[in-house]
Amino acid sequence: MTPLALTSFTATSAIGRGLDATLASLKGQRGGLAPCTFETVALETCVGEVAGVDEVQLPGALGEFECRNNRLAWLGLTQDGFAEAVKASAARHGRERIGVFLGTSTSGILETELAYRQRDPASGALPPGFRYRGAHNTFSLAAFAQRALHLEGPAAVISSACSSSAKVFASAARALEAGLIDAAVVGGVDSLCLTTLYGFHSLQLVSRIPCRPFDAARDGISIGEAAAFALLERPGSLDADSVLLVGTGESSDAYHMSSPPPDGRGARAAMQAALASAALTPADIGYINFHGTGTPSNDEVEGHAVAGVLGSSVPGSSTKGATGHALGAAGALEAIICALAVRHELLPAGVNTAQVDPGLPVNYLRANRRAPLQRAMSNSFGFGGSNCSLILARAG
Amino acid sequence: MSATQALAAYVDGIGVLGPGLPDWPGSAQVLTGRAPWEFAPTVLPVPQCLSGAERRRVSALVKLTLAAGLEATAAAGADAATLPTVFTSSGGDGANCHEICQVLAGDRQLSPTRFHNSVHNAAAGYWGIASGATAASNALCAHDASFGAGLLETLCQVAAERRSVLLIAYDAGYPEPLRSVRPIPEAFAVALLLSPAAGEASLARIEVSRSEAPPERMPDAQLEALRGAIPAARSLPLLAQLARGGSGRVALEYLGARCLAVEVGTCR
Repeated sequence: MTPLALTSFTATSAIGRGLDATLASLKGQRGGLAPCTFETVALETCVGEVAGVDEVQLPGALGEFECRNNRLAWLGLTQDGFAEAVKASAARHGRERIGVFLGTSTSGILETELAYRQRDPASGALPPGFRYRGAHNTFSLAAFAQRALHLEGPAAVISSACSSSAKVFASAARALEAGLIDAAVVGGVDSLCLTTLYGFHSLQLVSRIPCRPFDAARDGISIGEAAAFALLERPGSLDADSVLLVGTGESSDAYHMSSPPPDGRGARAAMQAALASAALTPADIGYINFHGTGTPSNDEVEGHAVAGVLGSSVPGSSTKGATGHALGAAGALEAIICALAVRHELLPAGVNTAQVDPGLPVNYLRANRRAPLQRAMSNSFGFGGSNCSLILARAG
Repeated sequence: MSATQALAAYVDGIGVLGPGLPDWPGSAQVLTGRAPWEFAPTVLPVPQCLSGAERRRVSALVKLTLAAGLEATAAAGADAATLPTVFTSSGGDGANCHEICQVLAGDRQLSPTRFHNSVHNAAAGYWGIASGATAASNALCAHDASFGAGLLETLCQVAAERRSVLLIAYDAGYPEPLRSVRPIPEAFAVALLLSPAAGEASLARIEVSRSEAPPERMPDAQLEALRGAIPAARSLPLLAQLARGGSGRVALEYLGARCLAVEVGTCR
């Protein structure tokens, strides 16, 4: 692929609002997981909740999009001058020439979950004021972002479970390559809801304590939430701090809805496709941000797959130990963490992991490392066997 | 870069399944006025390509998308296992979503199968399992513009990667109480196998650009009602032009006031 510049980017998660707070948490190896007190959830688990989401006020004209997911989206869009950077880009290219490609798995489903508790006892109808289009529908996030940023280009939500907001980078890159658009707002937003908390619990995939990716005693995920965005443009003037998207790779497992094939062939294919699209070799990757959910089988399959493609010495970590698994926002969140990693030459440690599984052929970072870092790969794998790997690079 | 740059591809195979629209040949008869459209509920075939246990477990949406997708690939003589796919749907599996919301409003004893089937890419996942396709698969949503969004994604993929890509756009209704707030009357799916170059199977060339033209309506009132009620059926004006053959231009409803203008031409 032709490299694209991330001319602006931002992330908001349990480890901080915006890049400065996120970087400070990464530098301090601080996690944001805490016992779950969300809504009426009665599960013994920890979550990566973003503080203050429900106090966020959407601008009045955007009232039809009210829901926790879009409040978190707005919180994210208003950090780090991101919305202003999009505005400047729209002035350069035209607002109809900027695409919006965002990932979410559950959008505003929480509103529907709450509405189902308030159905009319006689008719069964949902309460008055229930908004399907603005809150429930999966597209609500992109419709909201498009309206909030005053954009009129092509727009879509990609919803492929936990690979959603990694795959948006690939779709946007193709749309730029094909000349459909001149810039793209990409990213992902997913927020806490009962569907995912009780759903992952039903699959017995949730840990009681903060998740410990790649630990010998790992026993499941911690669910998080996040909003992460990037503005992708064809590179103009770059400086040493500029970050580029240089490779994307996608594949399908064609195996099972909720577990990967033991040989990790889908994960390998995605990583190999990313390397091929970037015209890079495995030795060019200096850090891998693992999908690393913290379940026994996922980390095992991924560890072997990464070793098979990149070798077992590439330093890596899963930042889900700090942020929790942000599901449909995880791909974008971790791409932004990789962007910070290459910009600041900081290889972030995986927090919570006390003893790396000796059975896994990985060079898992339990302490931060400062080292020259040119390129980082981020893995995202989702239900339905949907895999995506991204490669981010520093320009200088 | 021109603001009107068009994206082009060749249509190598078509699959359709909807109310009174049993397959592409039958739909072509209706869309060209050679046969009347008569309402009949969408008939979902049992997917023979899945194992017995999976066949019993899969949802209506999986049956719907498998039927349309396999019709398009078979018509083109293509091997489904080799193709990247783009799935696009306004609402995904509404019946499953309803059941989950019911359970969460009650005892919260969610079934794990229900949960993993709740992802928007469930149909794409089962397509992979059934066909063995390991290439990239996308799962899009753009509310009423979902067909247009899927068409653009597919064309960009064809253009950027110079390979054939299968588009499957589909929708099915919600049960009550969601049906009242999002009334989608019947299940409908359309599949288009799009290729970067003309081949033996190519039926037409399409070129797509964004346009301010008003969306085209179906001359038949009942078909127009379908077009307006089912997001995936926003494709009907394009399907009608493909059924007529020859050259023509149609404007498909997309986002807000924007349309997608599709220039349909012959291959040779």
